[in-house]
Amino acid sequence: MVEYQTYAPGELEAEARASDYKSRWLLSLPAILIIIFAAAGPLMVMVVYSFLAPGDYGNVKWEFSLEGWMNTVIQRDIFDDTLVWADAHLSIFWRSLSLSLLTTVATLVFGLPTAWYIATQPSGKRELLLYLVTVPFWANLLVRTIAIQELIRTEGVINLVLLKVGFINEPIQMMFTNFAIGFGMTYVYLPLMVLPIYAAVDKLDFRLVEAAHDLYASRWTAFRRVILPLIKPGIIAGSILVFIPSLGAYVTPRVLGGGKNLMFGNLIELQFGQGRNWPLGAALSLMLMAAVMVALIWYVRVTSREQADG
Amino acid sequence: MIEIEKATKVFGTGDTAFMALSNVDVTIAANEFFTLLGPSGCGKTTLLRLIAGFEPPTMGSISLAGKDISRLPPSQRPVNTVFQNYALFPHMSVAQNIAFGLEMLKKPKAEIRSTVDEMLRLVQMEELKNRRTSEISGGQQQRVALARALAPHPEVLLLDEPLSALDFKLRKEMQIELKRLQNETGITFVFVTHDQEEALTMSDRIAVMNAGKILQVGSPRDIYERPSERFVANFVGESNFLNAELSGSEVTLAVGGRFAVSAPNGVEDGKVSVLVRPEHISVRAGGSGENELTATIETIVYSGESTSIHLRLANGEAIRARMANEPQGAGGLPAEGGQVAVIIAPCAITVLRD
Repeated sequence: MVEYQTYAPGELEAEARASDYKSRWLLSLPAILIIIFAAAGPLMVMVVYSFLAPGDYGNVKWEFSLEGWMNTVIQRDIFDDTLVWADAHLSIFWRSLSLSLLTTVATLVFGLPTAWYIATQPSGKRELLLYLVTVPFWANLLVRTIAIQELIRTEGVINLVLLKVGFINEPIQMMFTNFAIGFGMTYVYLPLMVLPIYAAVDKLDFRLVEAAHDLYASRWTAFRRVILPLIKPGIIAGSILVFIPSLGAYVTPRVLGGGKNLMFGNLIELQFGQGRNWPLGAALSLMLMAAVMVALIWYVRVTSREQADG
Repeated sequence: MIEIEKATKVFGTGDTAFMALSNVDVTIAANEFFTLLGPSGCGKTTLLRLIAGFEPPTMGSISLAGKDISRLPPSQRPVNTVFQNYALFPHMSVAQNIAFGLEMLKKPKAEIRSTVDEMLRLVQMEELKNRRTSEISGGQQQRVALARALAPHPEVLLLDEPLSALDFKLRKEMQIELKRLQNETGITFVFVTHDQEEALTMSDRIAVMNAGKILQVGSPRDIYERPSERFVANFVGESNFLNAELSGSEVTLAVGGRFAVSAPNGVEDGKVSVLVRPEHISVRAGGSGENELTATIETIVYSGESTSIHLRLANGEAIRARMANEPQGAGGLPAEGGQVAVIIAPCAITVLRD
């Protein structure tokens, strides 16, 4: 005689759910620990530092102060102690923002046709081209930036060729300009634009393009009305991937922009180095983070609306 | 009227070259429901894509109403396509999908709105016009694809296996629906399918294709009852092939029995193979009379409306008979292994060109 145990309705399901819940927590524990110690911890340090006074030789003095936050946009005049806008900071913010936007647009203009070309190649060639796009990641960023410097400096390849051809009479000053920074960042971040757009084009159903042509759409109209809306998520993802690191770029502006054309990242570095103003550096870092968050929130909202629509 | 002359399409080059169409000549009349029927890879979809303009022909020409359209891009041909998996624009609503072609033709807004409403009514989708195409069922998507292709009122509508993704019942409904739409709109339909039953039900004329060639063009009745060759007979409907000897207007089956026939052109006297459809064969218990053959029952397969009887003739040839099931049940048939008389209906024998 077999003894059957009786269960209340839902009892077994509840038990299964509970054990599932427990094991899920256990499995996410390593990630949670890393996030607490390596991300949330240092972030809290930055928040605290931004509200302290700067120490005389770097570091901080443990007294509450809003100077750090104020100094991000306002500075005390050294002669009469009045408060004025920190023009130097504001022009750096503006340069960071405008160069990052320009870099995003430039990578899009060069990246979209490239991604399209790669995605429409036969499979063997496509893998090779994708590999070539990722090759620059294998070399150190500094090395690649110095290579760009070799191209655009006064005695560099571009100027030499243009002089030889007789296109120009004297070399063009390209190093240490905003152009140099934008050019360098476009080169460095181009793969980050190409890859997500490639993924979007790869997923694109080309029968839809045929359908558009079949319904009397010209090439341009088919692109604007059918292709563009369908690969938009890839374009947005690529733009975010380029825009965010551009905003905080440090190495490229440092090497190609020189000491005068600072960007946000260089300004932060300055505060922790020669500037010896850690609270200001912390406040600037948090500002940058806030800007990035705004961009990301915009991205999430746009794409989730897209998904709700489609 | 579509005239296709010597249309040839070769994909790839050198060793990997594949001839998808070779020297296809066919004329499709205006307002006709014309079906391209054949197994997958026979070139029927390639022919359709050539007419739509998605592929240029390697050789040959295509003209529409007397005008050569071989060189026109798809966007300049008065031809619309219903794609196999509908290819509806996922980022647009049902109504926006239907309006797309009209917008591209730069029709006035008021006309677009009224045509879209008319199309929605035609395919009974008025209620769902603001839905996304991902939010409607397969059958509904099919209707939207049809409405989208019909809205610009093309001269020719191309349909690439549009019913193959639907379940049996819906497919039956849509077959009748398509035929109705074709009658109402007066547009030439070129329909591609591998389903012989679908082709027989809907078409005015059928072209049976195999290996890049058109084997026979004719009415459904022609194709089914007077197939010109073995492939056509085999592909359309169930067939029995028997060896026979032709002399004039008479054949003598290898197993015995003489039958009057009308041989197609180009078949000479001598050994031939003949077709007998299973529904033209009946069996009964007992001995054999005149023009009756004797056979052994090997298997009996019941399939609802009819019963299929697999038989072995005296000379070893296998044939199948299909008999409608009577309401009073199967009486009088011997069991498997039993001897029966096989009766072939008069005029049921077709001589094939091999």
